[in-house]
Amino acid sequence: MTPSIVVIAVFVYGLIGWTVNTSLTDRTTALPADGYVGLENFTKLFQDDRFIHSLKNLGVLTVVFIVGTMVLGFLWALLLERGFKGEGVFRSIYLFPMAVSFIASGVVWRWLLNSAEGDDAGGLNKLFDSLHLGFLQNPWWNDPDWGMAAMALPAIWQLSGYVMALFLAGFRGIPAELREAARVDGASEFQLYRHVIFPQLSPVALSALIIVGHMSMKMFDLIMAVSGAQYLTEVPAVYLWTTLLGSNYAKACAIAVVLLLVVAVVVVPYLVSNARAEKRR
Amino acid sequence: MSSAAVAAGSARPRKKKPGPRSTTARTARFVLLVLFLLLVLLPAYVLFVTSFKPSAETSADRAWLLPQNWTTEGWRTAWDSLSPSLWRTFQLAVPAALISAFIGSVNGFVLSRWRFPGADVLFTLFLFGMFIPYQAVVIPLRQLTVWIGLPNGIPTLILVHIIYGIPICTLIFRNYYASVPHELVEAAQVDGAGMIRTYASIILPLSGPGFVVTIIWQFTSAWNDYLFAIFLSNTRNGPITIALNALAGGQLTNYSASMAGAMIASIPTLVVYVVLGRYFVGGLMAGSVKS
Repeated sequence: MTPSIVVIAVFVYGLIGWTVNTSLTDRTTALPADGYVGLENFTKLFQDDRFIHSLKNLGVLTVVFIVGTMVLGFLWALLLERGFKGEGVFRSIYLFPMAVSFIASGVVWRWLLNSAEGDDAGGLNKLFDSLHLGFLQNPWWNDPDWGMAAMALPAIWQLSGYVMALFLAGFRGIPAELREAARVDGASEFQLYRHVIFPQLSPVALSALIIVGHMSMKMFDLIMAVSGAQYLTEVPAVYLWTTLLGSNYAKACAIAVVLLLVVAVVVVPYLVSNARAEKRR
Repeated sequence: MSSAAVAAGSARPRKKKPGPRSTTARTARFVLLVLFLLLVLLPAYVLFVTSFKPSAETSADRAWLLPQNWTTEGWRTAWDSLSPSLWRTFQLAVPAALISAFIGSVNGFVLSRWRFPGADVLFTLFLFGMFIPYQAVVIPLRQLTVWIGLPNGIPTLILVHIIYGIPICTLIFRNYYASVPHELVEAAQVDGAGMIRTYASIILPLSGPGFVVTIIWQFTSAWNDYLFAIFLSNTRNGPITIALNALAGGQLTNYSASMAGAMIASIPTLVVYVVLGRYFVGGLMAGSVKS
């Protein structure tokens, strides 16, 4: 246990400290830093249009990704929660994308989200065309305003099954007596769900929200696989990579610190409330 | 179970909950489920058929059709370019999974049995390590490995996956050992067994399922990782995600080869998922922190 504590202290908190430290220096080339510049790298970052653009992209990606996975995951769990013959087949297939890497699924999504339309359309646009749904054709992630919503599709495909699994565990954790009692009291099926079952699921919903949300903030491999590193689909994690290729260490570390803070704001309250709940048990 | 019997409030004890009340509702549910199933399988269909097409057939107009001339050309090309990295990825994921699982088991045992002051705070600090964006540590990590003189590529990545796997493995085992009856451990202590004896003779033999869950989880994370790999290795010494992205990410993409490559890169984790699906889900559940 003690060695683990030391390792985590060094490699998690020590390295975070190192990153924060570098983000306060003027190490903008491959050469060692001359000195500290305070928060200058951060003020520059927030005046950098390209960084603001990457935050906007991240915002669109995150909203669509969260809404998509929560809605689909919940719906699938609702359809499956009663249990029936063959339920396992659906469950397994809905969940299988979780086992695949974004790099591998990115290969096929890059092809599916091909932006060409009309005669030389490929991927989904081609499918719409053959199904006489031509009006659905669109440039996908190549759209400068809403392209990131399309980028969320592979992520939704990959993680809706996970959210489903969480909700299913929630549904199955509800004592049967509760349902029976509500039925004895003459509640309709709709009332039973609305007033008895759904309220019981809010802790699960919160967990799912935190997990999916924090995954979205870190999203990197999916974008690298589908579009590669380019301005159009840039999110902070990709911008960090591009910045580092140019040896601008201080700026790259500043981006990393911003990412860390955003994730911490979401995750820390959740972890603290979890710890308190455990204490009370 | 007929819906009429359900409506009449059948008194027969039953294991299964009643399904939707009417046949209409049940049919609607089934249609919806099948529709979603097809949507989820759509990318898999594309991967499969494209990987068996000769390059002449991978054009847009035949995109959704089955191959006219089935060929393994794409698979051969993919195999030639990916097999070295495939082997390297096994060398990375297997030891990383085994070692972090063992460390997690020891930690989980200590945390579940020994209430020292500040244990909760410590545990929360551990858990935060599970959620951090690794971007916040990977830049100095690269410099650190150069300083220590660790060879770039697989050895470095093994170490990295072990270290950053400790939090989740500790959590899984802590939750798992919380369900081991206290009496067992107390009895061993009354018999004069110390911490280590107790762990080795009582706890370890009971730990099978905990190990399966953590090993699957860690194996999958290490196998599918791209972030650490791109920062700490290259196409010559890196894992399959790096090699696959190099194969598929070019301007002149050979579609049948990159789709075959994506399948080659996914087969090991999918096999694990199919064979040990129940435990795979166990790891997912642990990821949501609550036991």
